Amino acid sequence: MMRLPTIALLVGAMALAACNNPDRFGKGGLTDDSFGGAGGIGVGGLGDPNDPNSPAYFAQTIGDRVLFQVDQSTLTPEARTILASQAVWLNNHPTYTAIIEGHADEQGTEDYNLALSKRRAAAVQEFLISQGVLGNRLRTIGYGKLKPLAVCSEESCYAQNRRAVTVISAGAGT
Amino acid sequence: MMRLMTVVGLMAAAAALVPPARAQDPGPLVIEITRPNIEPVPIAIPQFIPETGEAGQVAADITRVVAADLVGTGLFRQIEEAAFISPVTSFDAPVAYADWKAINAQGLITGAVTSSGGQISVKFRLFDIFSGDAMGDGLQFAGSEGEWRRIAHKVADQIYSRITGESGYFDSRIVFVAQSGPKDNRLRALAVMDQDGANARYLTDTSTIVLGPRFSPDGGQILYTSFETGFPRIRLLDLGSGSSQSIADLQGDMTFAPRFSPDGGTVVFSLADGGNTDIYAMALGSAQTTRLTDAPSIETAPSFSPDSGQIVFESDRSGNQQLYVMPTGGGEPARISFGEGRYGTPVWSPRGDLIAFTKQNKGRFHIGVMRSDGSEERLLTASFLDEGPTWAPNGRVIMFTRTTAGAAGDSQLYSVDISGRNLRAVPSESAASDPSWSPLRP
Repeated sequence: MMRLPTIALLVGAMALAACNNPDRFGKGGLTDDSFGGAGGIGVGGLGDPNDPNSPAYFAQTIGDRVLFQVDQSTLTPEARTILASQAVWLNNHPTYTAIIEGHADEQGTEDYNLALSKRRAAAVQEFLISQGVLGNRLRTIGYGKLKPLAVCSEESCYAQNRRAVTVISAGAGT
Repeated sequence: MMRLMTVVGLMAAAAALVPPARAQDPGPLVIEITRPNIEPVPIAIPQFIPETGEAGQVAADITRVVAADLVGTGLFRQIEEAAFISPVTSFDAPVAYADWKAINAQGLITGAVTSSGGQISVKFRLFDIFSGDAMGDGLQFAGSEGEWRRIAHKVADQIYSRITGESGYFDSRIVFVAQSGPKDNRLRALAVMDQDGANARYLTDTSTIVLGPRFSPDGGQILYTSFETGFPRIRLLDLGSGSSQSIADLQGDMTFAPRFSPDGGTVVFSLADGGNTDIYAMALGSAQTTRLTDAPSIETAPSFSPDSGQIVFESDRSGNQQLYVMPTGGGEPARISFGEGRYGTPVWSPRGDLIAFTKQNKGRFHIGVMRSDGSEERLLTASFLDEGPTWAPNGRVIMFTRTTAGAAGDSQLYSVDISGRNLRAVPSESAASDPSWSPLRP
C-alpha cells in the first residue's frame, strides 16, 4: 500500500510560519488556512483583536469576509456594508496590503469554480477601490472549491463557502 | 524496449481441425461495441504455458492481467478453469474445438511465456471456437521482465481489437490528482498510474495545490495547474526527467485549464484578469500568445477537435454555463448545448465524432456525450457530483471524477462506456480526481 508522499512535518512548519509571515503567498497555499480556517485563526502575529489598528481587529471585529448567492458574484447590501468598513480601515492603515481570496461551494465544476471565485474576489476588489483604496494594495485570487470552510453538503455549509476573504498582510503595495 | 513479431507455422495445422458447426452456433466472434445491449461473450483463457522453468509466476501474472483487461470491458465473461474439459498443455498443440464448444466458449486465448536473463517473451493466439478458426496470426511480444504488465496489456489490446474492430486502450496510463486528508484541508499531489490502477507513482509532493493534469499527445509531458507561486499558474512537467517549469507567465493573476493541441505544439488555457476569464493559446516553441475570446463572461475549459480545426469550450455568456465551438484561431463561437441545466468541461473525442461534458441539472451531476454539433445528447451517469470526463485513446470509454456528499465525502475515478454501460470504479491507492487518459503507448 503506497501512501501519499505527505510531508507532514514540513507542511506543519510552513503553516506555522505562514501565521507570522506577512508574505504568506511565498509558500504553498494548501495547508495555509490561517485566515480561511473554520475559526482556527492563528492571531498570534496579527495583534490583539481589541486593538483597532491590528489585522486581527480587521478580521474579527470589522469582518474579513462577505458571502455570495449561488453562482453569483454580485455584492449583497450586507456585503457592501462590511466592505465599506473594510475600506475605511484600509484607508486608515496605508502600510497594509491585502489579498482577496475568492471561494466557491462544491456545486460546480473545478475550472468554472476557479473563474467564478476569481470573479467574486474581483467584485470585492472593485468595491474597495471605489471606496478609495488604492488598487495596487489589493491582489485577488480564486480558489474555486479547493478550500471549503464548512464540509457538509447542505446549503448551510455551501453558504459559508461562497465567500471572499480579505486577508491583510503588512508591507507596501507592489 | 518491447519487440513484436508474428508467430508463424501452426495456423494451417490448427485450421485443419475444424469440426462441423453445431446447431447453437452463435456466429462469428465479433462484438459491435456500439450496440445498445451486449451480452458478455464467454471466453476461455487457460493459464499461459510457461516454456522455461522460471516463467511460471510471470505466466500466471500475465494471464491474470489479460483476463482482467478483457473482462473489465464488460464485453467478455471469463469461463472458469474448472469447467475446462481438455487442459492446454502446449502452445502448439491442436485446438480441441469440440471440447471448448461443449462448454460454450466462444473465444479461446492460448499463450506461452518464456523467461530468461531478465527478458520475457509472450506469444498468444486467439481462436473463434464456433467458426473453428484462428482469428489472425499468433503474435509474440518480447521485453524486459519489468515490463510484464505492459506486455500483458498489449496482448489484451490485440485481442480486443481483433474481436471489436476497434483499437485497444489497455496499454495506456492515467495522470490524476491523488488526495488525502480531511475535506477542509485536503492534500493533493499529481500521480500517474496504468489505466488499471497499477504502477502508481507520484509526480509532485503535497506542499502545493495542484489540479487538472493533462497528458501531451505523445504521452511524454503533463500540463497542470499549480499554486506553487501562491497563485494558480500553468506548469509543464516532463515525465521522463520529472522536472517541471512554469509556462504562460502572462499579465493576469491566474492561468488554468490548460490542454494541448493535437500536435502538442500549442497550449490552450484560461487566463483570469480581474474578474474576467478568457481563453488564450500559446505556441510552446515561441511562447507567442494569442487571445481567442474577448467577452466579459467566463470562458474556460477549452479542448481542441482532433483535426485541430476547432475548439470547444464553456462560457456563461448566456447567463449560465453552456458549450460553444469556435475556430482554432478564435472568432464567433456557436453554441451547441441547449438542454436543461448547465454544461461544462467539454472534451472532444479522439475520434472526432463526440464531445463529452459535465452536466449539472436539478442538483445532480452527469457525464454525457453529444455529437460535435450538439445533437444526440446522451447522459451516461448521474450522481451527487460527477465531473471532468477524459477519453480513452480509442474514444469508446470515458473516465471521470465522482465525489460523494457530506463531511466525509471523497473523490474516486470511475469509467463508463460511451453507451452508458459498464460503470465501474477505477482502483487507486488513495482518493483520486482530475483524470487525464494518455494516448496508447508505443
